[in-house]
Amino acid sequence: MQVTLTWLDYLILLTYTGFVIGIGFALRRYVKSSSDFLTSGRSIPTWVTGLAFISANLGALELVGMAASGAKYGISTAHFYWVGAIPAMVFLAVFMMPFYYGSRARSVPEYLKMRFDERVRALNSISFAVMTVFASGISMNALAKLLHLLLGWNYHASLWICSAVVLLYVLKGGLTSAIYTEVLQFFMIVLGFAPVVYLGLRDVGGYGALTRLLRGVAIDPAALHLREPGTAYSANAWTSVWQPLLAGPASNPMGVDLFAMIFGLGFVLSFGYWCTNFLVVQRAMAARNMTAARNTPLVAAVPKMLFPALVILPGMIAVALMAVPSKGYRIPAPILDNAVYPRAMAAIAADASAPPERALRDVSAAVGKKMDADRVAALVRDCAAGPMPSEVFRDRLWGAVAEYDYDGVILSLVKRYCPPGLLGLALTGLLASFMSGMAGNVTAFNTVWTYDLYQAYMAPNRSDEHYMRVAQVMTFVGILISIACAYFAALYNNAMDIIQLVFAFVNAPLFATFVLGMFWKRTTGTGAFLGLLLGTATSGLVHALTITQGNLPGMKGGYMGIVHTFPSEMAQNFWLASCAFVVCFALTVAISLATRRTKSDEELAGLVYSLTPRIRDASAAWYQRPGVIGVALLSACVVLNIIFW
Amino acid sequence: MGLDIRWPIGLLFSFVGLLLTVYGFATRGDAELYRRSLGVNIDLWWGLLLLAFGTVMLAYAKRGAKKD
Repeated sequence: MQVTLTWLDYLILLTYTGFVIGIGFALRRYVKSSSDFLTSGRSIPTWVTGLAFISANLGALELVGMAASGAKYGISTAHFYWVGAIPAMVFLAVFMMPFYYGSRARSVPEYLKMRFDERVRALNSISFAVMTVFASGISMNALAKLLHLLLGWNYHASLWICSAVVLLYVLKGGLTSAIYTEVLQFFMIVLGFAPVVYLGLRDVGGYGALTRLLRGVAIDPAALHLREPGTAYSANAWTSVWQPLLAGPASNPMGVDLFAMIFGLGFVLSFGYWCTNFLVVQRAMAARNMTAARNTPLVAAVPKMLFPALVILPGMIAVALMAVPSKGYRIPAPILDNAVYPRAMAAIAADASAPPERALRDVSAAVGKKMDADRVAALVRDCAAGPMPSEVFRDRLWGAVAEYDYDGVILSLVKRYCPPGLLGLALTGLLASFMSGMAGNVTAFNTVWTYDLYQAYMAPNRSDEHYMRVAQVMTFVGILISIACAYFAALYNNAMDIIQLVFAFVNAPLFATFVLGMFWKRTTGTGAFLGLLLGTATSGLVHALTITQGNLPGMKGGYMGIVHTFPSEMAQNFWLASCAFVVCFALTVAISLATRRTKSDEELAGLVYSLTPRIRDASAAWYQRPGVIGVALLSACVVLNIIFW
Repeated sequence: MGLDIRWPIGLLFSFVGLLLTVYGFATRGDAELYRRSLGVNIDLWWGLLLLAFGTVMLAYAKRGAKKD
């Protein structure tokens, strides 16, 4: 089913584009120094930084990927929100923001330099700078590919036009314009996708009917080709958050155990991301005062807590729709290579009178994918009966593929439900998420590059105009490298997997360094540096020595021998992070104790908890105090977990 | 910072809301067009909602401008 856009859809898209570029130009006259450009001169109200904080995180990969996980794992995906985000965001706001904001560091690596030394800063800023452009490139490639496959848009055109728009408004208005447009994009994403979710839910017959359908799916997921034949979960596997998890890794679709979920995801990975990633922390640093900075992650936590309804629910709706044959819906299959069709046609013609099992085996081999037995049998029968138009044949062969491209879930629902007008709105929402993620990466990249690498090591003591120019050039360069990474990702799928794996290694131990640095004044620069390096090495080593079920040694680990087999990649990932964290923590403590402190108590004032005067929030009304809001948010989160228990 | 972001947000959503509302109103009764959206004239209803959201944003922006 191909959907064509009408003039109205294009008009909505163009209006949005005009507005984001307009915001960049309107802000141009306020950008006078490098600090205006890179840090917004610390002048933005809380609700704006809060929504930008969440919008920078809500890139296209989040939207597309969470819907995909919603289909693959059901409502347990919400763990990435209620366990893997909210507690860390509250911790950042209440305990860590005072050091980031109060130290007047302009970036997270700069804080590391103030707290430890140049080595730690260099390590963190280089890995962060490389990581942001690659992350941005991976996400751009994924989205451009999706738009091409499902809407027939030109891959190169989507890539370059979106990048040009982001470049224009970031170049003109700097971080302020990225933050302001992120707020606009936040509303665009929410208001663009909410009607799609509403229509989907109405189509399956409400949440009650959705639950009933998914219970049927969970008992026999192989019937819809969602799992290997023979897999069976308890009925609530797709619809309960905790019960399948408590039953053990074999009984939940994620294949994860309770410890890995709570310690690995909920503590190590989530605190490592939310509390140390400059991409999000930068938004809070741009707030106008300490209370505003601390409240930024808390404002962001409210929509974050409710997002599962917007991003996970579509995936669950998609699976439920498949369970009702009369709806005629299917999660899109991977697109087949053109060379596959003649091969499959030959196999079908050769097996016209062969037994169905043999036809199935031959066609599957020709296509290179698992195929649905009934549909292949029907196709063989109809082909034998008489010649079939090539278009029909292609459609039916693709329709018989029994594998899914889960990333296509969200766009396939948009196509299914949106009439002209709403279609434009939903697509604009998708592009908005793409742009907000990209602008977030680029603004974090140019700041770290300019302040932490260029000013620190390459050209110190230049004029501010000079750094301002460098920052603008780096914005341009950052976007160009992202585009290059997108093409790289399109060419070498495997290379990209390796890079993502390396990032996982680098990120896993990071939180140990920060938490020790902030809360234990005895932590030394050497301890932090070596702890971080060896923690990263540990995750690499654990990966090399373990493997996931059903995989051969290689990309999925196990290339140095197999000591342990994990039930799923997610479990491996969570355990990897846990090991790296523990090793980094222990080594940092041990090496710190063995080395001499290089920073005195006076130098660490404002950087370490015990040496910083407590912030009295007495001036703010009680309901504006970060501690109070934080407790309220955590309670709300607990309630959500209980409701969907 | 010089610009109140509520102005562009208000303007954008009022405009897009108006577009959808007018389109939805003009195409009401076109069953074929809204078959996809399960027979709901979603353009009209969602357009009205966007319009309301945009107007509220504009009202807040105006109130903020008066305060300064």
